[in-house]
Amino acid sequence: MIDLVGYGAFFLTTALIFSLVTLGLNLQWGLTGLFNVGLAGFVAIGAYTSALLTTPDDAARLGGFGLPIVVGCAGAMVVGGVAAALTGMATLRLRSDYLAITTFGVAVVVQLVALNAQKLTGGPFGIGFIPRPFGGLAETPLLFNLSNLAVVSVVTLIAYLALEHLSRSPWGRVLKALREDERAAISLGKSARFYRVQAFAVGGAIMALAGALQAHFTGFIAPDNYLPILTFQVWVMLIVGGSGSNLGAVVGSVLVWGIWAGSGTATSVFFPPEQQARAASLQIVAIGVMLCVILLIRPNGLFGDRPRRARFGKRAKLATAKSSSNS
Amino acid sequence: MSLQFIVDGLLTGSMIGLGAIGVTLTYSILRFSNFAHGDFMAWGTYATLAVVSAIGATFGKVAPIGPLSFGWPLLVALVVGMAFTALLALLLDKVLFSRLRSQGQAIIVVMASFGASMALRSLLEFTFTSRPTYFSRAIQIAMPVGFGIRITPDQIALLALTAVLVLGVHLLMTRTQTGRSMQALSQNAALARIVGIDVAKVVRVTWIVGGALACVAGVMIGILVQIRPFMGFDMLLPMFAAAILGGIGSIPGAVLGGLIIGLAEAGAVQLIGAEWRAAVSFIILMAVLFVRPIGLFGVRER
Repeated sequence: MIDLVGYGAFFLTTALIFSLVTLGLNLQWGLTGLFNVGLAGFVAIGAYTSALLTTPDDAARLGGFGLPIVVGCAGAMVVGGVAAALTGMATLRLRSDYLAITTFGVAVVVQLVALNAQKLTGGPFGIGFIPRPFGGLAETPLLFNLSNLAVVSVVTLIAYLALEHLSRSPWGRVLKALREDERAAISLGKSARFYRVQAFAVGGAIMALAGALQAHFTGFIAPDNYLPILTFQVWVMLIVGGSGSNLGAVVGSVLVWGIWAGSGTATSVFFPPEQQARAASLQIVAIGVMLCVILLIRPNGLFGDRPRRARFGKRAKLATAKSSSNS
Repeated sequence: MSLQFIVDGLLTGSMIGLGAIGVTLTYSILRFSNFAHGDFMAWGTYATLAVVSAIGATFGKVAPIGPLSFGWPLLVALVVGMAFTALLALLLDKVLFSRLRSQGQAIIVVMASFGASMALRSLLEFTFTSRPTYFSRAIQIAMPVGFGIRITPDQIALLALTAVLVLGVHLLMTRTQTGRSMQALSQNAALARIVGIDVAKVVRVTWIVGGALACVAGVMIGILVQIRPFMGFDMLLPMFAAAILGGIGSIPGAVLGGLIIGLAEAGAVQLIGAEWRAAVSFIILMAVLFVRPIGLFGVRER
């Protein structure tokens, strides 16, 4: 029973860290319509920055500054935000596809640096001995997991409330206006590019924070944690939850992570050990097909607010009723 | 610095360029960047490999052609593979992309292509495992051609094949009615519809050309390097960079962009080291986006 509670806490912690990434993506895509297919890169930037700042001094690589965890997380947000702002500035004056391709490139380059810049990132073996906030409690796993969960829950809640507030603020309304009708928003004197770079940077900072939290929660990071599959999982979480809705981002993350972890457990039970790698790739096929099917039949996900084009009859009325109740 | 990087660069550049033709066509005619294009490459290569093995099982061992490492089975298999990849692209368009396109949100199609790419690649991994395979394990002797450059017969044959294919696609685009329809649709879709261009046909030809060339590029990688489920995905960034460097919609641009990136990569491998190879296309991409976002031969969006 106690094991089950401990596992539940562990599961929820991971799911909530995912939901933090999804919240960042929701700000970029759901609210502003910016397409980020390299979010794994921004998560990695956060994780590595915080790890460099907080680990004890290490002769084999640069840094290990031994700073407090809070400073590490703050540093992660700054570096992640700056990286996202630079990416945005390079591409946001161009067509939306260029941003997609560039973010994809960012993820490739971050992965490359993580693998090859041994002096900075420890190379393929990654960075260990990252301080954990409740490392002293590791003897009693239940307490350790619960206190991690508490910290991650609080951070996620703060991020959620802040984003909810932001999306209702004048700033958030400008972003929505830009997403819905760029020309109208520009004609009201709003600089589209400036607002978009801001949204992209804040989203990147949140993703970096999630990466840092994950690093402090597991105590060890390696380049393998930040493969394109991470980007993909988070996208599925946002689409299932419904892009545009912060609540959807959180619920979608927990739900999809539940399906992912559950099917992972199922494959480890039903498949012999030598077939597990193959079964794992089947898991990805299933989730990829799921993404495409949701895009085809229910593009709004569970809680999405992206208004459909009003049609005639009942549906149009429903849509207007829904959007007026939201605002 | 040895001049060998020129041959290596031209070969890598041919693979990138052939792939980038498909990327640039999908981008300019169907108006989305197709993240599944790399996986068309990998699927085409595995299909070709499967046909080669099937021929090998039926006819026994076939002697290679002259000094090349492969015989007629590979050529037959390549044609079958090209047809297969074109069909795969058409099928994916029918069940996924065309439906989303009709809903009118271009960026949703990009996302769907990202999902499809993940699914296609993992399906390959599931079927063939992630262990690399090869068309042939024979080792070829590289012939010196002066200036310290060496080249194998396979490499010469593949460079020639690339030249023929690029010329063919160029003629298709400029000398045939279909090609001119494709250009018209990419330059002004609304006007093209008004003058009665068969959009469905143009879309089909786009996928067929893109898919078939992706398969050839993949088989080239298979012959010269190795066959892996990730082979196409790893080419995605160079292909996008080449298409943007050359100017979206321009076939000569895509090929030239591919060659430039291939040469730059090969040069970087010599100067800095092979592990940083993938960063080259990113740096070129960023430079193009900052300095001249319409690329070398691009036209401004209308």
